[in-house]
Amino acid sequence: MGFETTRRGLLAGGAGLMLALTLPIGRGRAQVTVAGPFAPNAFIRIGTDDLVTVMSKHLEMGQGPYTGLATLVAEELDADWAQMRAEGAPADDKLYANLAFGAQGTGGSTAIANSFMQMRKAGAAARAMLVAAAAQEWGVPAAEITVKAGVVAHPGSGKTSGFGALSAAAASQPVPEDPPVKAPADFVLIGKDRPKLDTKAKTDGSAQFALDVYRDGMLTVVVAHPPKFGATVASFDDKDALAVKGVQMVRQIPSGVAVYATNTYAALKGRDALQVNWDESKAETRGSAELFEAFTKAAQAGGTTVEEQGDLAAFTGAAKTLEAEYHFPYLAHAPMEPLDAVIEVKGGKAELWYGCQFPAFDRPTVAATLGVPVEDVQINVLLAGGSFGRRAQGSAHLAAEAAAVAKAAGADGTFKLLWTREDDIRGGYYRPLTVHRFRAGLDDAGKIIAWENIVANQSIMMGTPMEPMLQGGPDSTSFEGSTGLPYILGAKRIGWARMESPVSVLWWRSVGHTHTAYAVETFLDQVLEAAGKDPVAGRLELLPPEATRERGVIEKVAEISGWTGRTRDGKGYGVAYTKSFGTYVAQVAEVQDMGGVPRVTKVWCAVDCGIAVNPNVIRAQIEGGIGYALGTALHNHISLAPGGEVEQSNFHDYPMLRISEMPAVEVAIIASEADPTGIGEPGVPPLGPAMANAWRALTGRAQNVLPFGGATS
Amino acid sequence: MTSFRVNGRDHDLDIDPDTPLLWVLRDELHLTGTKFGCGIAQCGACTVMLDGMPRRACVTPISMVEGREVTTIEGMEGPETEAVRAAWTAIDVPQCGWCQSGQIMSAVALLQAVSAPSDEDIDNAMAGNVCRCATYIRIRQAIHDAAKVLEG
Repeated sequence: MGFETTRRGLLAGGAGLMLALTLPIGRGRAQVTVAGPFAPNAFIRIGTDDLVTVMSKHLEMGQGPYTGLATLVAEELDADWAQMRAEGAPADDKLYANLAFGAQGTGGSTAIANSFMQMRKAGAAARAMLVAAAAQEWGVPAAEITVKAGVVAHPGSGKTSGFGALSAAAASQPVPEDPPVKAPADFVLIGKDRPKLDTKAKTDGSAQFALDVYRDGMLTVVVAHPPKFGATVASFDDKDALAVKGVQMVRQIPSGVAVYATNTYAALKGRDALQVNWDESKAETRGSAELFEAFTKAAQAGGTTVEEQGDLAAFTGAAKTLEAEYHFPYLAHAPMEPLDAVIEVKGGKAELWYGCQFPAFDRPTVAATLGVPVEDVQINVLLAGGSFGRRAQGSAHLAAEAAAVAKAAGADGTFKLLWTREDDIRGGYYRPLTVHRFRAGLDDAGKIIAWENIVANQSIMMGTPMEPMLQGGPDSTSFEGSTGLPYILGAKRIGWARMESPVSVLWWRSVGHTHTAYAVETFLDQVLEAAGKDPVAGRLELLPPEATRERGVIEKVAEISGWTGRTRDGKGYGVAYTKSFGTYVAQVAEVQDMGGVPRVTKVWCAVDCGIAVNPNVIRAQIEGGIGYALGTALHNHISLAPGGEVEQSNFHDYPMLRISEMPAVEVAIIASEADPTGIGEPGVPPLGPAMANAWRALTGRAQNVLPFGGATS
Repeated sequence: MTSFRVNGRDHDLDIDPDTPLLWVLRDELHLTGTKFGCGIAQCGACTVMLDGMPRRACVTPISMVEGREVTTIEGMEGPETEAVRAAWTAIDVPQCGWCQSGQIMSAVALLQAVSAPSDEDIDNAMAGNVCRCATYIRIRQAIHDAAKVLEG
């Protein structure tokens, strides 16, 4: 059977054919093993047409790594930005590991941070090889050669060349082991706005995602998943499904019942016609109200201590004690591109095409499911239509399902697995439902002398293949942000109650900070008010002298927002500060009361993420993070009805932020020479509490149950 | 047999008449710029022009398209389209990009109807297009920028 790809560019190897400077993979691999993480030429291809293609080891899902990693390479290569391109690197743990994880994967807002030196070294190595080639060809000393904006030149002789003409000769030069990189003062590209490399293809429909892959003989597959978490297939009747024109077969797989058809509509119709009886004996049958009750009870019991300082007996000496309880619902990530993947199995080998976020989990899972060696599984990493954490699962459930679909077919073939929006909203892997309890003690002078915060939720990592990464400790992603606060809060205890449920949970853009930032920063705001302090001045007072970067963003956001206090001209103003993924962020939200409903009209944000590799992308991530957080705080909750079925199913009852709700955003990036830190997630956490603090300032109402717009149970 | 025109080309397809136009464009014609987001006309990712007016392809049965003209993102041209694409590119509107075909279709339709849209016009015209990356600030800016270019 011949497979002809109809995809444009990425797979057909447009770049692969023009490579001159690509080192053999084997050499790159050896270098990784012997000389550490720097395998420059696994990341760079320079064609005879002068185009420089960076193989991005990080999934491009809108957060900008194609542009970011290419910027780092171009900086040290002294390339012209116009000659830079990027594409997704294939699954290969040895060549393309995330240095923060020791395995290939994108997450934790680490793309720029872990690549910062690696990609610069890669660019510097390629530059040195081009210079060496020019020196040899021109018979001049390498030290006399300059490279600027893609032009290699020898001023003494007047000789010049582009990269392309030198690429063949450069390929035979020795790879420098540890080439020097520029001092930040010499950066030409880093730190300046740079147009994104993937923009054009995203304005004319040519950008390629998994759903856009069509191959000869390919069947489209949808899976009937259980209506309750933990339920399994008891029996099914496929007579009516098979009667649908275009439906080719129906197979039971571990995650449900798969319907295979010659086109998407037939697959969907076939699934609608399927009769499945589910075994619910191990299913979650509690509704959200019961879950909140159980989680609250566990939080009241105190949990296990995960951070402690001083003696909570200090509470007995408090002049005033404040308490609060918060309820956070399950949340779906709802990326615009629902989960999907194409898998082709042929002669004992498998090839996949999709926006694979964690090849380190997915590739071995596919291999194990199919019973083939890992080397015989090839994953082509395409663009992803958003993820927000959804495509990075320790369980690799999507890859496993794709492989199970291929295996159950019982013969070689090509299959496109599609999750509909309903599958996505009801499919679990949610931000964990969470209860927070707080108490804080103030002395006569309004100083905080004691602080306790207990978090109750399910663990994201425990009980999954990621558990070993915790090295026996508790799952800090459950309470990060409740722990590690910079504020001086007196005697302190943070507790965690680990809850269990068959409902699957996952990291959701900014992970633990999605709830801890809200709970901590709104409770702190109430405590500061009880102490008679201004939200900005009060926070600054709680910072120790060494907290200069924390202080920097809070002072900056106060400055750009023209902070004068909690209310001004009939509007409420709230501030919140969070450090997440190494990045310091403070936001001020301006809120109006539209008949009992909050409307956020403006958000100011100060962000310190170290060296700002591309301010354009940083601003975009902050703007987008604010919109993502705002829509969630206003509208979103996944709730389980009594009995355990998810009550939401699509955007009509799990609504997304619309353009009319988007506030103006002003971003100030703090100048820094510190190594870069995360930017995809850190814009999210402070928005909810800044907005809630502004709302309470305006209306006196504390919103301790989310979302604002609806009940959570 | 259903006969219709897509991006200037005639097609005659023997197909289940209930099949949504979205899946015909994608599965049969491999015009993949039109995206699937919700299937219930709630997100606008599948927006196409049907006889020159924006329409959600996911809820448009192919039987309704008989004898009519469809334009997808791949077939869009003309001054409004050019201005919108240029404005989108100049300020890097897209993030993940999945919704952007639909956003651009709606933006072009707006500018074809209203030459200098207000913020309120933009809110109304773009209300049906969700962007989960929340690129709304730049969408609004790009529409204003494109309108200025079209005014000359």
